[in-house]
Amino acid sequence: MSTVQIVFLFVGFMILLAAWMMVSRSNLVHSALWLVVALFGVAVLFVLLEAGYLAVIQVLVYIGAIAILMIFAVMLTRGDVESLTHITNRYAGWAAVMGAFLLFGLVIVLGQWPAFQTTSPEAIESANPVLDLGMAFVSPDGFTVPFIVASVLLLAAFIGAIYAAFPRKKGE
Amino acid sequence: MLLDYLPIAVLVAVSTILAVVVVALGGILGPRRKDKRKSEPYESGMRPIGPGTRKMPVRFYLIAVLFILFDIEVVFFLPWAVVFRQLGLFGLIEMFVFILILLVGYVYAWKTGALEWE
Repeated sequence: MSTVQIVFLFVGFMILLAAWMMVSRSNLVHSALWLVVALFGVAVLFVLLEAGYLAVIQVLVYIGAIAILMIFAVMLTRGDVESLTHITNRYAGWAAVMGAFLLFGLVIVLGQWPAFQTTSPEAIESANPVLDLGMAFVSPDGFTVPFIVASVLLLAAFIGAIYAAFPRKKGE
Repeated sequence: MLLDYLPIAVLVAVSTILAVVVVALGGILGPRRKDKRKSEPYESGMRPIGPGTRKMPVRFYLIAVLFILFDIEVVFFLPWAVVFRQLGLFGLIEMFVFILILLVGYVYAWKTGALEWE
């Protein structure tokens, strides 16, 4: 096995473990911390795919900002942070059966998908990936329109966040 | 290629080991004499009133969301800044449009008072 495979398997198990721990903790703050572990694992996967800039963004935006937002949300919505959540209800058994069926179906369907057998193409060798990314974003023959549309999307998120979270006066 | 990230891996490993060792050593070597007063949260020597955590104003959430949005803006700015000189006027105009659209959101935030903290 090559180094990349060993790192991939290790990180893959780490992500799965962290994801399982995240959904099975009854303390929401612990869940948020396990989420950070899983997100860091995804950053390592980006590194393995030779997407260094995405890995940096993953750490900066997801771990640095989204995880903080999650912890804020926990702090805002609970009476006290210590209070525990019931993670199962009486439908847990049925959910497990349905989940197993879904997994079974997905394995069969995806197993027949030809892309599963083919190896991915080699990453394009680049002296400066960030430069290429910038070129793809803003050069006239690049993804100019999606780039501008991204700003519209950000604007929508901006106004939506203010509308949803800004305390309004009564009668508005 | 992967070797470029070795320093980061070493840093993560060393900081994890250090954190585990320090906490474990404290637990093993330190004497533990528990009593009820010691396990109470410290509140300027007074008897604490209520739980240590309380509900936070929703303002914090708004600030966090706005921070994320500006964060993502920077993610788009950085690749542009790298190629800025090669693209010249076209890149400048395009980024101007990009910022102009986001400026609408900024003005909205400003006008509604979302950036103020009373």
